[in-house]
Formats: sequence, C-alpha cells, structure tokens
Amino acid sequence: MRSLTYSQAISEATVQCMEADPAIVLAGQSVDDYKGVYGTTGEAFARFGSARVIDIPNGENAFAGIAIGAATIGLRPLLVHTRDDFMFLAMDALINLAAKWRYMYGGKRGVPVVSRGVVGRGWGQGATHSQSLQSLFGHFPGLHVATPASPADAKGLLVTALQGDTPVVLLENRGLYDLRGEVPSEPVAVPFGKGRVVRAGDDVTIVAASLMVHEAERAAGVLAARGISAEVVDVRSIRPLDDALICASVAKTGHLVVADTSWARYGFTAEVAAVVAENVPGALKAPVRRVTPPDCPAPVSWPLENAFNPGAETVVRACLEVLGVAGGAVPRIRNVMAGFAGPY
Amino acid sequence: METRQLLRSMVRIRCIEEEIADVYRDEQQMRTPVHLSIGQEAVAVGVCAALRTEDVVYSGHRCHAHYLAKGGGLGAMVAELYGRETGCAAGRGGSVHLVDEAAGFGASSAILGEMISVATGAAWAFARQEAPRVAVTFFGDGASEEGVFHESLNFAALHRLPVVYVCENNQYSLSSPLAARQPPGTSISGRARGYGIPAARVDGNDVAAVHAAAVTAVEHCRSGTGPYFLELDTYRWREHVGPGWDHECGARRPDEVLSWTKRCPIRRAADALRGADPDVDEWITAWEREFRAETHAAIAAAEAAPFPRVEDLLVGTYGDRGTHAG
Repeated sequence: MRSLTYSQAISEATVQCMEADPAIVLAGQSVDDYKGVYGTTGEAFARFGSARVIDIPNGENAFAGIAIGAATIGLRPLLVHTRDDFMFLAMDALINLAAKWRYMYGGKRGVPVVSRGVVGRGWGQGATHSQSLQSLFGHFPGLHVATPASPADAKGLLVTALQGDTPVVLLENRGLYDLRGEVPSEPVAVPFGKGRVVRAGDDVTIVAASLMVHEAERAAGVLAARGISAEVVDVRSIRPLDDALICASVAKTGHLVVADTSWARYGFTAEVAAVVAENVPGALKAPVRRVTPPDCPAPVSWPLENAFNPGAETVVRACLEVLGVAGGAVPRIRNVMAGFAGPY
Repeated sequence: METRQLLRSMVRIRCIEEEIADVYRDEQQMRTPVHLSIGQEAVAVGVCAALRTEDVVYSGHRCHAHYLAKGGGLGAMVAELYGRETGCAAGRGGSVHLVDEAAGFGASSAILGEMISVATGAAWAFARQEAPRVAVTFFGDGASEEGVFHESLNFAALHRLPVVYVCENNQYSLSSPLAARQPPGTSISGRARGYGIPAARVDGNDVAAVHAAAVTAVEHCRSGTGPYFLELDTYRWREHVGPGWDHECGARRPDEVLSWTKRCPIRRAADALRGADPDVDEWITAWEREFRAETHAAIAAAEAAPFPRVEDLLVGTYGDRGTHAG
C-alpha cells in the first residue's frame, strides 16, 4: 500500500468523493489559495475549480445555515474552518438546526453537512486558536464527531462522512498533517463508532483521541522497556463512541488511562471513564486516571505552553500511577510537536 | 497635530515592526504568530492622534500598530511576544491579545469582529455614565462580513453611542481579495450609512487626510450625536501572518504589491513635507536610528526578563473573589 501524509489523505478523499458525487461542494475561507488549508484543498480546486471549491466571506454563522439550506435541497456541503475556534460562531446553526433537523422535523430527512475544523496546535497559538472542541461537539445528539489520528482514518472517516446522511464534525489536529502512513488508493469508508487497537497489551489500557494516540504510542514504548505491556485504543470517533472495544480492553487489563487534548471536566475523558464505570465496574483494579490539559485557557508563553499540553511523559506517569509502580525517572520523551518551526 | 509628528509616529511603528519581523524570522524565539501592519501605519497613527488617553481603542489580530499608536508600552508588547512575565498580558495572551488599559488600549483579540461589539459596549457604558469619552474599534474589511458587525452597528445607531468604527480596508482576508468576498458596486461604509451612521471613506495611506477625518469623527462622537464610521483604504505589504511577503510565495502579483509600496504612507507624508522642510529625509534617518535602538533595547530587556513560573499556570483562570467555596 502507498504511504501518504495525513493532509494528502484528506485531499485524496475529497477529490475522489467529489468525482463520485457532483452534489459535493467544498467551501471555506481561502480554500482556493496556494496553501490550500495545509495542502488539503488545493488539489480539489485544481480539479474542480471555483464552481465547486468556493472561497467564502467571513461569516461562519450564516454559512453554517446556508450549508444546511443547501443540504435540504440536495447539495452536500463540505465546510472547512482553518481554526475550529471559529466554529463557535457556527454553533447555533450546527447545534440548533443541523444536529436536530431529522428529529425535530419528524424524521423525514437529515442534513448531511460535513464540517472540518483544524485544531491549531503550534507555536503560541494560544487561548483562542488551539482549542480541541471534541468534547463540546460530542455532547449533542444528532451530530457525529470524529478525530482521525492516522492518514488512513483521515481519508476513510471523511469518505464515510461524505457518503452519509448525518451532519458530521471532523476535527484535525494541525500537528498531524505531515504524519505519513499507509492509505488505501480507493475511497474505502471507515465507519464511525469503531475504534481500533493501535497496540495490543495486557497491563493497562490507554484510550486516546487524535494527536494523543501518538503520544500514547510513545508512552507504550517507554512502558514496554520497563516490562509493562500497555494497550493503546484509538477511538477514531467521539460520537458514536466504541463502548464495546473500550470495555473489552479494560476487562482484560484492569487499568485505564484516558488521554485527550480537550479539558477533563465534562469532557471526552470523563465520558470514557463513565462508560467503563457503568459497564465493567468490577474490572477496574485501580482508579481511572485522565491525562488532559490543566484547567486553564491555553497560554502562549512557551514554558507554560509546554506545561499545558499533555504528552507521552504525562501518559507514562499516569500509567505507572494506576499500576502502583514506583515512578522513578521517566526518560524525557520527544513531543510529537517537537521540531515545529514557525507558525506562518 | 502637525504632519511632522504624525510622520515621526509612523516611522516609529515601521521601525518596530520591521525589527520584529527580522528577529521573529531569524531567531524563532517569539513563539506567537505575528500579524504585521507594515504599510498600513497611517491608519493607526492618523486615528489615534485624534484621541485622548481616556478614549479606549480595541483591535483585532493585526493590532501592534494600533497598540503603539495609542501609547501602549513597547517594552510590555515585545515582552509579550517573547512570552515573558513582564509582557502586557503576562505572557499568557501573545501577539493577538495585547492590552494596556493605562494607555487606553482596551484589548485586541483573534476571532474576527469580536471587538466591534466590545467597543460598542464600552461606548454604551460611556453614554450611560455621561462621560466625554469615545470608544474606537479597528477591524478589517474581512470582519465587516461577520454578523457581529451588523448587530453592533444597529445597536450603536439606535442608542447614539460614542463609538468610531474604523474599517481598515486592506483588501485581503488571508489571501482572499475583497472582490471574492463582497458584491461589486457596494462599500463597507455604504453599509454603515444604511444604519443611519455618518460615514467617510478616505485614502488610508494619507496620514493627514486620515487624521482630519478622525478629528471630525471623534468630535461627532464626543458631542453625543452618535456613532461615526471611517473606511480607510490601505494595503497589507506582508503575508497574513508572519514576516514574509505574499508575492514571494505567489499569493499575490508582484506588480500589485509594487503599486502599493509606491504609495507608502511614510514616503507620501515625507514628500508632502519636503517643500517646507527640505531636511525631512535627514530627520527620518535620525528617527530610524533612535527607534531601532529603542526596539533593540526592548528586545534585550524582554530576553533578559523571566518566563512565567510553571507553578503559576492556573493563576488567573478565576479571580480572587470567585464564586467557589474557600
């Protein structure tokens, strides 16, 4: 199988789906420019032009509603937000209309609006340009929300979204765009609600989403060197959530660490802990530990930013803690984002 | 204010931003994305020179020039770019979240159009307090497309609030030109007039014209007759974010950029003065030396200043008089 970057995989899914379905239109601010939203929209613009790849004015609130209206008449809008923080402006339409449309209008039709949002992790992107919104969007019945961690899933989940009849939010951490991995050439749909075991293990389960899947894998490598076998579960989609996979893994290992870049309170990590507590309470041999950002907005100053962002080291420490293993020195682990140079 | 003073203020901002651009690119130690106003200085300088200290200015992501023109502290701004505890937002906010209340710079923020409503709220408070103060908000042509622009103008017009809306029309939102975003035959100032707000559209690279228009606008607001709208046409020389030039990466045509660098607001102000003051170029050279030294000192001070302590990471999320127990 070929290797593609995460951004190439998104681009390929977009182009293949647009070829297959003339109803798909791609819209967002500067989707047609030379950067092409981190290399994800340029190929589609080159192929389909401005009739189907549309640079839109700044107006997230209106355009979310415009996309919904277009979807009711048969279009399949794919919206791109270069920072998901701007999606707060789109939330009225996405939450009060798109998520509820099928249900509150009597179940006749859904509105298949697909929104991609970039989590702007990078240098000092700060309080309003780097938030992970999976917990927020995951709350609402009627939406589907995915956080692809691998290039193959970035393609496959987008294909599923563009073929379905449910409004979808796809959240892409900017730190993943250059990541390479094997990707099928064909537009193979990856279903929502099916997680994957990234690495099998027996002693502790690490459930993670998006960028934290990679931090969890690094952590598992460090733990293996200490004779600890960690199982890493990538949930792939936040809603629906693969309860069965999570519970089966915890039933096997008896220990759970949940890692995410959104906050702990009322968040994705809380939901995973609740699913385990409700379904396999007897399996847990120790309390659950959550690895998340601390309870403050994202700071800019880099020492604070380093302390704010959870990484492999914090995952290792949490695993040692739930296993009751003396901490000792945890080797410094290179962050997934290390080597990031320049935000421009 | 004399054109000479306006020119000096523009040269200062240009020097500071050019130094920042170079150091940002070469040293990679200011780890916060910067949006530079190089080429747009006449807007910030001409408007802010019409204001008093107690008037409050709000801005968006491209805020350095507005902050400096309103009298915001250079050392605190540079320290903020370096993420230091001595920064104007204590290293927490970064380039897009500048603040200097003592100087009358209320805040800047990174989501388009947010401060249009916040400035309207400040003006509402001034009106309720019957204070002779004016709120000013700078925003771009892009932000005028957001819903909050229309909601805010409607409220300000309804309540005759003392707010000057300054649309700094640099014709681009990211790399998207105005013609791709707004209908032909319309103008942003025309939309303001639609709400019954008096509006002027002025060459935003002519600092004397900007200043004269701003004086009219501010007097109108201070006299209690309601909001005023200025649309100032200008051009962004550098890329949307960062120190580079858009035409070097193919985002814009070089001849378009060149046509605007020829209309440099600093050069135009200097040309206007040269007849009466033949030594103007020598002043500028001397000022540049002065301001580059001032910037170097601010950079050195920032680099020597402490980072925030990691144990203080959560401090500031809530205040001392929070609603929590204990």
